[in-house]
Amino acid sequence: MALMLLLTIYFLLPVYFLIVAATKPQGDLASTNGLAFSHFNLFSNLHTLFTRSDGIFLHWALNSVIYAVLGAAVGTLISALCGYALAKFQFRGKEFLFSVILGGVLVPTTALALPLFLLFSATGIVNTYWAVFLPSIVSPFGVYLARIFASAAVPQELLESARLDGAGEFRTFFSVASRLMAPSLVTIFLFQFVAIWNNFFLPMVMLQKESLFPVTLGLYTWNGQTARAPLLQQSVITGSLVSIVPVIIVFILLQRFWRTGLATGSLK
Amino acid sequence: MTDTDARVIRGVAASKGARRRLNGGGPRAGVITAFLTPFFLPFVLFYLVPVGYAIWQSFRVVRRTGGQYGTSYTTFGGFEQYGHVFENTEFWSSIGRIGLFGIVQVPVMLFVALIMALLLDTPLLKLKSFFRIAVFMPYAVPGVIAAIMWSYLYSPQLSPVVDLLQGLGLHPDFLGPGAVLWSAANISTWLWTGYNMLIMYSALQSVPQELYEAAKLDGASNWAIAWRIKVPMIAPSIVLTTVFSIIGTLQLYAEPAVLRQISSNISSTYTPNMLAYAVASGNNYQQAAAISVVIALITFVLSFGFMRLTSKRAGL
Repeated sequence: MALMLLLTIYFLLPVYFLIVAATKPQGDLASTNGLAFSHFNLFSNLHTLFTRSDGIFLHWALNSVIYAVLGAAVGTLISALCGYALAKFQFRGKEFLFSVILGGVLVPTTALALPLFLLFSATGIVNTYWAVFLPSIVSPFGVYLARIFASAAVPQELLESARLDGAGEFRTFFSVASRLMAPSLVTIFLFQFVAIWNNFFLPMVMLQKESLFPVTLGLYTWNGQTARAPLLQQSVITGSLVSIVPVIIVFILLQRFWRTGLATGSLK
Repeated sequence: MTDTDARVIRGVAASKGARRRLNGGGPRAGVITAFLTPFFLPFVLFYLVPVGYAIWQSFRVVRRTGGQYGTSYTTFGGFEQYGHVFENTEFWSSIGRIGLFGIVQVPVMLFVALIMALLLDTPLLKLKSFFRIAVFMPYAVPGVIAAIMWSYLYSPQLSPVVDLLQGLGLHPDFLGPGAVLWSAANISTWLWTGYNMLIMYSALQSVPQELYEAAKLDGASNWAIAWRIKVPMIAPSIVLTTVFSIIGTLQLYAEPAVLRQISSNISSTYTPNMLAYAVASGNNYQQAAAISVVIALITFVLSFGFMRLTSKRAGL
């Protein structure tokens, strides 16, 4: 119990520090104890954050939401279709395709970023939304999970009877199978959402235009400028807090989905 | 033609074959293709093609027609780029650094994760869901932001931790030449322990309870049950978390890149990935491709090697 408490303090300390620091005026950051509140200045910090450089932070936050929400939604749909087909249809080369996908789970995604940059610059989509969005929708791990979930959640007899009733395969998928798979689809969505939200290397390689940055790359850029512009420090801190709080809340609300996903992912 | 290209073509050929031969009663091949294509098209374009392209590029070299100011052209160079990688001392020191990092950080993180998963699995512990959430929460924090948060806790001007330790008469320098690698390791540990803990905990939850009851009737202590029954039962998930950790370690980029902004003890070639990026920024794409391929190969060898080793040990 004591060990657990100690570890919990370790895991919560940086976030607590961030909360405290985000409420302080810039001048108090170095001069007051980092773990104790001083002048409550959060609202003015937020105001500075959102108005700095013509409100670029809001742009970054919206970009992150666009990349992560849309990317994960499209990614979940295509993973579900593919995983469902691999679980429920019989066709030649199925196991081969599945092992290629599993091989994809092991490919380090950072190794893909540089060749992708060269390919994308040849086609002219580098430095656009597409350059970050398109590679983000592919999640081999999502297909792997979708296949396992589809085998477990969708009984074969149900598909047979839907076929006898004359429903097409897509109709069966969208009106019957996808409903049975709904909780697991949420799981796949969450995994991919976090992967895209946390992604840093791909956008850094692909984007030069600041207005396209996700929040991770934006804050990284600001953080690199604090040596020259020390007043940016407070905005980096407040910006960090603003960008992690919504995701943490969603996490806590949806935690049961994580557990089913991780349990399935670890079955071999 | 590269290996991957050949694989893609075989994969496409396989799905074409599927169009003709089918088990009776199932959907038509066209329908199956329609289910698979939305994933496979981007998978081929944004996964397999870049891998193939990187391999192809790594065998190219830039040459000049006559002297420094001649026009440049690229041509087949065999293993020349790989030769440069293996001669590059910066490459070896980045590999050595990351190897040291991994050998210490991965076991420490997984051991802490395992201990916490076992504690959460015992009926003795109160406030389970609170602990679970608190420990898992860092997974929601992007690596860059985690590194920014910790860099404030490391910085001598701002850090309450440094203040506290100075009060105790210690003078830690988290960003010093010897310590900065471990400061980065601490960020990775903070980020990923909860995730690994939850994988192990979920596996523990699916172990049938009767196993424990039988052991208890035989008079086994809680510790004996944990080490002799629980840990072997969840061995596959421990292997899985190890493989994920190996892959993650070799890709390390964001955390050292953020620490580099405040510490002069991190070079631009600190990790293999940072080296690849630095080389690519210098427009030497062929050399960067060779470095990326070597990193990916090391990743494959280590993760497959580890899976092989453990499955043999377990007699599977």
